[in-house]
Amino acid sequence: MPQSSQPPSHGLTRNRVAGLALVAIAVGIIWESSKLPLGSLGNPGAGFVPLVIAVALAVFALLTAFLDKGTPAWRSIAWAEAPRAAGILAAGAFAALAMERLGYRITIFASAAFLLLVLERKPPLPVLSAALLLSAGTYYLFATLLRVPLPLGPWGV
Amino acid sequence: MVETLHNLALGFSVALQPSVLAYAVLGCMVGTIVGMLPGLGPLAGISLLLPATFGLTPTTAIVLLAGIYYGAMYGGSTTSILMRIPGEAASVMTCIDGYAMTQKGRAGAALAIAAFSSFAAGSVSLVALTLVAPPLAGIALKFGPPEYFGLLTMGLIVLAYMSGGSMPKTLSMAALGLLLGTIGIDQMSGFLRFQYGIIELGDGIGVVPVAVGLLGLSEVLLVAGSGAPAGIKAPRLGELLPSRAEARQAIGPTARGTVLGFLIGLIPGSAHIIASFVSYGLERRLSNKPEEFGRGAVAGVAGPEAANNAAACGAFVPMLALGVPSGPITAVMIAALLVHGVAPGPLMISEQPALFWGFIASMYVGNVVLLALNLPMVGLLVQMLRIPYPYLYTGIIVFCVLGVYAVNQSVVEVWIMVASGLAGYLLRKLDFEVAPVVLGLVLAPMLEMSLRQSLAMSGGSYWILYDHAIARSLLIGALVLLALGLRPFLMRRADWRTRLEQDGL
Repeated sequence: MPQSSQPPSHGLTRNRVAGLALVAIAVGIIWESSKLPLGSLGNPGAGFVPLVIAVALAVFALLTAFLDKGTPAWRSIAWAEAPRAAGILAAGAFAALAMERLGYRITIFASAAFLLLVLERKPPLPVLSAALLLSAGTYYLFATLLRVPLPLGPWGV
Repeated sequence: MVETLHNLALGFSVALQPSVLAYAVLGCMVGTIVGMLPGLGPLAGISLLLPATFGLTPTTAIVLLAGIYYGAMYGGSTTSILMRIPGEAASVMTCIDGYAMTQKGRAGAALAIAAFSSFAAGSVSLVALTLVAPPLAGIALKFGPPEYFGLLTMGLIVLAYMSGGSMPKTLSMAALGLLLGTIGIDQMSGFLRFQYGIIELGDGIGVVPVAVGLLGLSEVLLVAGSGAPAGIKAPRLGELLPSRAEARQAIGPTARGTVLGFLIGLIPGSAHIIASFVSYGLERRLSNKPEEFGRGAVAGVAGPEAANNAAACGAFVPMLALGVPSGPITAVMIAALLVHGVAPGPLMISEQPALFWGFIASMYVGNVVLLALNLPMVGLLVQMLRIPYPYLYTGIIVFCVLGVYAVNQSVVEVWIMVASGLAGYLLRKLDFEVAPVVLGLVLAPMLEMSLRQSLAMSGGSYWILYDHAIARSLLIGALVLLALGLRPFLMRRADWRTRLEQDGL
């Protein structure tokens, strides 16, 4: 949901930035689609539908960018939570990277400990308990009870 | 009618046998838990537990799987309301107002409304399923590729027209979702698109990682560091049930959602997902106070919840009466029946009446079981909100990673979730609604196939979309809505959407 109620701006607005970014994405997809077999209007190839949708995206994005009625300025966006959000994304990326190398339990333990200890600066004992509960508890629920295969680490953990 | 009642009595004599009843209860319980775990929706739950039914009789197997199905439909709404994490795609719309109610301290009321709406919609739809299944399934069978193309196009335009934000922005998001849906193998030519050497993308991008990332992870990222989600209030004991006013507000949306959901459920496709999207839009459009949507409108919870449960029931009509799967979930259930040597379809009704009517009756029983199981748990579930937010969001991240990984045991899907989380965070910072991306992703393969199949049928002539009356009506309706939606935008006249957007709603 939209989250701001700043006064409308007529300079570099949120809609203008977002619209132009989406146009850039659409142009990239049009370029990539043109490398696929396009076929003909009556017999479309693999690249036809993505091309048409990308053109539609570009049109809607341009409407968003240039016909907006003065949405809040781009500068009015507050990024106070961004560093912490980056930390959370880093923990997610670490989980994706390490899951099949270190095993599920070690990866989740490390990710949870990082989030709580480093990012949230919580006391070590509750953090270690929570990380252990999350890693071992979810492993038991999914791998043992629901029989979902979860990766094991180098020491069979 | 008398014969139907007689058959239903036969069904209840099967469904109320202790062993069958026990499996119905077990299915509902497992389904609710599965639905609450992000990423493990009804499809994943049924697929994972399918091998466990091989040792059962056909009746108990199908009763267990059906219990998991509608249990998961209910469970999905719980995490949507409490944490803004859709347990499965059909719960995406419940996230919006359900979570807003939670932020206002009305989590208990939202859960109770979801439970009652689901129960009412499920019960009414079951009566409809029992009485009108064969004739309605006949109509659904008349839908060919041109009609599907018309229906899906109409669905997307309806979504954009009904949405609260600006129509071009919503359509941009739907187009983005459609583009994501074109990744992977082209079903007509076998050509790989936008795969860039990543083998896992050959099958396309899954709905689960995108939905969890865009809706669940992005929410955590947005409120990171605030100590608790903005304005969240854990409810007091007396606030666990809906007030009289809230209950009254839920009646109309539940009734409309039930009818809408059941009818949409008859049409093959991801019916319960489409039903909840359309119901939300309809309620917003009909409301005297559309500005309340997104801020905790009761109708925004009751309508979509009723619609997705009614659609789940409606989806059984073509499956049971004609043996035609209406989506991946019913396809897996047909596979389960085939494993047991039972072929669903018209012959099943005449040759295996105990199984057919036992299954129908078990759904009545399951619906009651779900309400009885879940309503007393409302108080327990909202206690989750009392967990300090850093610990709660860490748990949410772990379940997001685990739930997404568990579907296909693929770390690529975890990467997709992380990327979707970042995209959702940025899009929401820029005041975009992200739910249309998910719908676009779901509809893209069906939309493309229906268009290209239509053209193959007509030898390349687009007139086929005009020659078929149903397709023509749907497409004209879509064009009218598109024109109506874009008119104030192009005329630079502020309509209700623009006013909402400028008000920051």
